Amino acid sequence: MTAEKILTRNFARADSHTLKAYLETGGYTAWQKAQTLPPAEITEEVKQSNLRGLGGAGFPTGTKWSFIPKSHGGPVYLVINADEGEPGTFKDRYLLERDPHAVIEGMLIAARAIRSATGFVYVRGEYVEPYRRFATAVSEAYDAGYLGKGFDVVVHRGAGAYICGEETGLISSLEGKKGWPKLKPPFPAIKGAFGAPTIVNNVETICHVPHIIARGAAWFAALGTKTQGGTRMYSVSGRVTRPGVYEASVAITLRQLVYDLAGGVTGNGRLKAVVPGGSSAAILRGDEIDVTMDVDGLRNAGTMAGSAGVIVMDETVSIPEALMVVARFYAHESCGQCTPCRESTGWIYKMVRRIVEGRGRKDDLDTILDVARRGAGTTICAFYDGAVGPYVSYIEKFRAEFEALIPR
Amino acid sequence: MRGQDGTDAATRASTPVAFSVEQLAEVHRLQGLYPDRRAALLPVLHLAQETFGYVSLEVEAYVAALFDLTPAHVHEVVTFYTLFFRAPKGRHIVAVCHNLSCHLAGAPMIVAHLRRRLGIDVGETTDDGRVTLQSVECLCACEHAPMMQVDDRYEFGLTPEKVDRILEGLR
Ligand SMILES: Cc1cc2nc3c(=O)[nH]c(=O)nc-3n(C[C@H](O)[C@H](O)[C@H](O)COP(=O)(O)O)c2cc1C
Ligand code: SF4
Ligand code: FES
Repeated sequence: MTAEKILTRNFARADSHTLKAYLETGGYTAWQKAQTLPPAEITEEVKQSNLRGLGGAGFPTGTKWSFIPKSHGGPVYLVINADEGEPGTFKDRYLLERDPHAVIEGMLIAARAIRSATGFVYVRGEYVEPYRRFATAVSEAYDAGYLGKGFDVVVHRGAGAYICGEETGLISSLEGKKGWPKLKPPFPAIKGAFGAPTIVNNVETICHVPHIIARGAAWFAALGTKTQGGTRMYSVSGRVTRPGVYEASVAITLRQLVYDLAGGVTGNGRLKAVVPGGSSAAILRGDEIDVTMDVDGLRNAGTMAGSAGVIVMDETVSIPEALMVVARFYAHESCGQCTPCRESTGWIYKMVRRIVEGRGRKDDLDTILDVARRGAGTTICAFYDGAVGPYVSYIEKFRAEFEALIPR
Repeated sequence: MRGQDGTDAATRASTPVAFSVEQLAEVHRLQGLYPDRRAALLPVLHLAQETFGYVSLEVEAYVAALFDLTPAHVHEVVTFYTLFFRAPKGRHIVAVCHNLSCHLAGAPMIVAHLRRRLGIDVGETTDDGRVTLQSVECLCACEHAPMMQVDDRYEFGLTPEKVDRILEGLR
């Protein structure tokens, strides 16, 4: 299951971020090959590979590319989402710092497929070092003539706001506005950045593209499950022996990831719970980890693959306290546009907090569940559903622990 | 102690709010990178904050004029993002992550230690203007929890001793 390293193959090299190292390890040869392929064939290859978006939503990448209107005469934009912000996730930081040319090569190929002449890379504002690394790689790529001949890349710095990771919020922010998400449809592929058809892809998603072109869709698809190809980078943190980034097949199980790759549970050594896909994913109990980490495997388990941020909790962790921390995050980050999201995230945080502080009321838990569910599915963007996942699952799966804190 | 609404705004505001000729050229270059020049607003606000220390109402109005935008629009943008300061800040920003993985690794203890050592609360600046302390959401370096950002740098695997060493290095 640990199999071959693809995205992380060069991470051990101290100079892995340089053009020299990238070229020495086969860099930009997929781009050479792609230049001989018609755009539609590139998209088809990516479709056949079963590559699915690794930013959170898991949407099939080739299918998304095919939504760009065929007869479009105006500009088409490629936007790379490097606004990594999902709590528990840190893979894109590694890619920007250690393999920036893979992002650029993936962008060149994707741009050919969707006929785009301009790409934007939106890097979260706090990522100063990753931004510098990536911007340096872009200059190298210009000097070497990979960029600037039909395709330009602009590196853009965000300014601190989790919601700008949501693709329409990201586009608003890229346009120089506050990062308010927009109702879809229209989807960005029809009307995105600057009003033009736009593809938004995650950093890790785009890094897979050169390998798919170089080695073929069938090879990539075979690395995963029937409905999702490839490997992905799991960010593992919390109470584990070896926290870090691990690349493995999307078909690896959560148990293998926690025990075989990350070295098992610390604290008292007994697993209590795991969040499998960033803080917006529903929590799993310690006895629910024999699931595969692909999009459909985790969906069937009632949670989501999301950004593959795996947060491990041993038995000594207080689940109500963990939910309080998570609820504080959603209360702070709601953009405030939709009433249910703005009101409920604030209210639920207050209620969870008072439970943790021993001031909870008898019906607080049912109120939280009721309030949370009522707003689900009614908001402009998926942020709020991402908050409901933890609210409901933490309480339903660990209800007795919450009840024990509420004075009778 | 000086809070977010710092009291020495008047002294700093005496420096005239204007970019140098080179900086104006940079603003122009940034505006040319996008199909709509207004998209350069965030990069230019970053530049403004580096230059003027923080984004005052005066800075907002100055930047707005560079874009033919209303000061109200620029204000709305500035207040939306956490990295723009609207009041004088310390010479160094210490931003401790308080999200889940860092919490599990002892972030509350690190925050308490910093408050004690600096003698200020979260959101405040030391009297000598040396450090502003913040408590922030996930900085996406959870494998090194507990961690914090000090100006442009990430500092990993914090202990009270390591925090002390880092603070000593801040002038
Ligand atoms: C609240 C919220 C936050 C998100 N944050 C990110 C993020 O930090 N990085 C990212 O790539 N995608 C994020 N997404 C997903 C994007 O909206 C979008 O689906 C993704 O960038 C598309 O790229 P992909 O198909 O390659 O995954 C977020 C979505 C939501 C609803
Ligand atoms: S769901 Fe929340 S974050 Fe998303 S647009 Fe509505 S208020 Fe903003
Ligand atoms: S929780 Fe602190 S860096 Fe992610």
